Amino acid sequence: MERTHLKAFADAEEMEISFGPQHPSTHGVLRLMVKVDGERILDVKPIIGYLHRGTEKLFERETYNGCIPHTDRMDYTAAVTNNQGLVGAVERLMGITIPPRAAYLRMILAELQRLASHLVWLATHALDIGAQTPYFYCFEERDKILDLFEEYCGARLTTNCMRVGGMPFDLTPGWTDRCRAFIEQFPAKVSDWERLLTKNRIWRERTVGVGVISAADAIEWGLTGPPLRGSGVRWDIRKVFPYDRYDEVEFDVPIGTNGDTYDRYLVRMEEMRQSVRIIRQCLERLPDGPVMAKVPKIIKPPKGEVYFSVEAPKGELGYYLVSEGGDTPYRLHVRPACFINLQALPEMVRGQLVADLVAVIGTLDIVLGEIDR
Amino acid sequence: MWAELAVTAAKLLVVATVLLTCVPIMVWVERRGAAFIQDRLGPNRVGPMGLLQPVIDAVKLFFKEDLTPGGVNPILYTLAPMVSMFVALVTFIVIPFSADAGVEVFGVPLKGIHVAPDLGVGVLYLLAISSLGVYGIVLAGWSSNNKYSLLGGLRSSAQLLSYELSLTMSVLGVVLVSGTLNLQEVIGRQGPEIWKWHAVTQPIGFIVFLVAAFAETNRLPFDLAEAETELVAGYHVEYSSMRFASFFMSEYINIVTISALTVTLFLGGWQVPWLTATLSGWPLLLVSAGAFAAKVALLLWLFVWVRWSLPRFRYDQLMQLGWKGLLPLAALNLLIVGMAMGQGWL
Repeated sequence: MERTHLKAFADAEEMEISFGPQHPSTHGVLRLMVKVDGERILDVKPIIGYLHRGTEKLFERETYNGCIPHTDRMDYTAAVTNNQGLVGAVERLMGITIPPRAAYLRMILAELQRLASHLVWLATHALDIGAQTPYFYCFEERDKILDLFEEYCGARLTTNCMRVGGMPFDLTPGWTDRCRAFIEQFPAKVSDWERLLTKNRIWRERTVGVGVISAADAIEWGLTGPPLRGSGVRWDIRKVFPYDRYDEVEFDVPIGTNGDTYDRYLVRMEEMRQSVRIIRQCLERLPDGPVMAKVPKIIKPPKGEVYFSVEAPKGELGYYLVSEGGDTPYRLHVRPACFINLQALPEMVRGQLVADLVAVIGTLDIVLGEIDR
Repeated sequence: MWAELAVTAAKLLVVATVLLTCVPIMVWVERRGAAFIQDRLGPNRVGPMGLLQPVIDAVKLFFKEDLTPGGVNPILYTLAPMVSMFVALVTFIVIPFSADAGVEVFGVPLKGIHVAPDLGVGVLYLLAISSLGVYGIVLAGWSSNNKYSLLGGLRSSAQLLSYELSLTMSVLGVVLVSGTLNLQEVIGRQGPEIWKWHAVTQPIGFIVFLVAAFAETNRLPFDLAEAETELVAGYHVEYSSMRFASFFMSEYINIVTISALTVTLFLGGWQVPWLTATLSGWPLLLVSAGAFAAKVALLLWLFVWVRWSLPRFRYDQLMQLGWKGLLPLAALNLLIVGMAMGQGWL
């Protein structure tokens, strides 16, 4: 792809700012070397690795079920979908079909996780753009979701809530009622936040036409998730390669048209409504039965390799698993959504202002735990 | 003469004390107000309803280390918070906080709670001094030897250029109608009837002034100079301890001053419909001061309300708003006022 470098003005005075790793709006320990002329961004170079823990190497000495807690710590705002991808990969390699109740449970938890993750996104994104109040509204709702998680698996953030072959526990009595109560009141809250932002003149000024990426460029850069759909590409792993029982529920994949920050905002807001729709259907159909398939005590997938991906809240989260037939993975590579989405950042902000940089970081919805692993 | 001096000094002391007391109260209102808007509790542990929280904060700031980073310009670095504070504190001397009720103290006419009642150029003085406030910010941004501060300072000067003109233009309409620059007389001309207040007769000018006032005080949606999520803390990123507190306090004093100015120019000052026309002497003094305080308090709440509801403008958008939006509107207001005066309506 041709990279267009912005010509500096004749009287430009270049200045390089180290944006982060300790900066209020780099969402963790992202460091950006920003070349600016006044406030206009000439170039951005992301520097990552401050949170590197060698997760992929750690996988290689863990049993398959032992890998799951490590995945919690990748995208720590969406641990459930991380778990879902890993166990899905192992199950596909072993040819295990999980019981329907387990599949539905996974979907409910994953969609709740998507809501929670999008809530963190909305909260911090709005905060970055200067609207400080939605933050608290979002976190209040997120807390209710985390309460549901805690009731199910005992943990709020690092859930570790799936096993190869199904789910470790059945639901506690009354959980479905509480979950239903939550999702029934949730769409009204989304509308409330939209009233604060969607038609707000300042919000639109700050997001429309900011961080634009065309559909062709988005595909070229390998973007996935809302950044891809915001550009108008209808691509959702849940639809194109359905896993669990996503083919049995009805939901729409919202897309944008302009590929700017505002469209990505609208896409994510609509996705929250769609997630509620999915959860509602799952709760209606939740079958009875076991939550765990018959699997051997020691998980030993046959020799071979598999790529399995799920639609994580931030994009396509893929696991590439190579097994030598032992009880630990030979190699387990993660295709992180955030890492690949981040690559497009310099392209999206070149020529814009410093204030847009934080808006674009927010709209890409990155989590450094997943980027650095 | 000594009695006059003593009365003026006493007024100065009273007004300054009240103003400085407003700061912690305003901080408390802001934090509790934000909490109220955001469905949370806010500071409620120190003192009744958390009222002593700002005091504790101030004590904490006193005990913080006063750092001067390497590479700063030490003179300007020290001067900047002083400039901010000084400018914030001297603006209010021309604002009439109450009616000139004809009260005498020790045989000297009090002339209302108004430190410099005879200053004929009140409006000019206010505009001139309040634009100096940006010097504190620019100096702080430049002298800190920090790139974020520098950007904050730059933004601040760009911001000043774009709103100050509209601010002045919108005041011009009021001055035109009043025919005086003395703020006490500006209030007097508005009369006690609401429909004669300039906010009613010049709604466009009022709105332009209010928007520019938000920009003047560096508050959201125009807090570009500090913009925490973009420039970390902007111009005061290197400041700590009481130097930081000086900036913090001057911001709040500026809010109080600009609210007082808005009340004076557009909302009839200390006048209460019908009531203030019937009173005189001490009751008038007290009632008018109370009315003024109440109106200022309402505006202060508006400042808090807006801050916690709106996102932030980008600095080029603010300039656009200033030059392409507010300035033509202010000119339009001036035009309408002029024509209305020509027809004898105002």
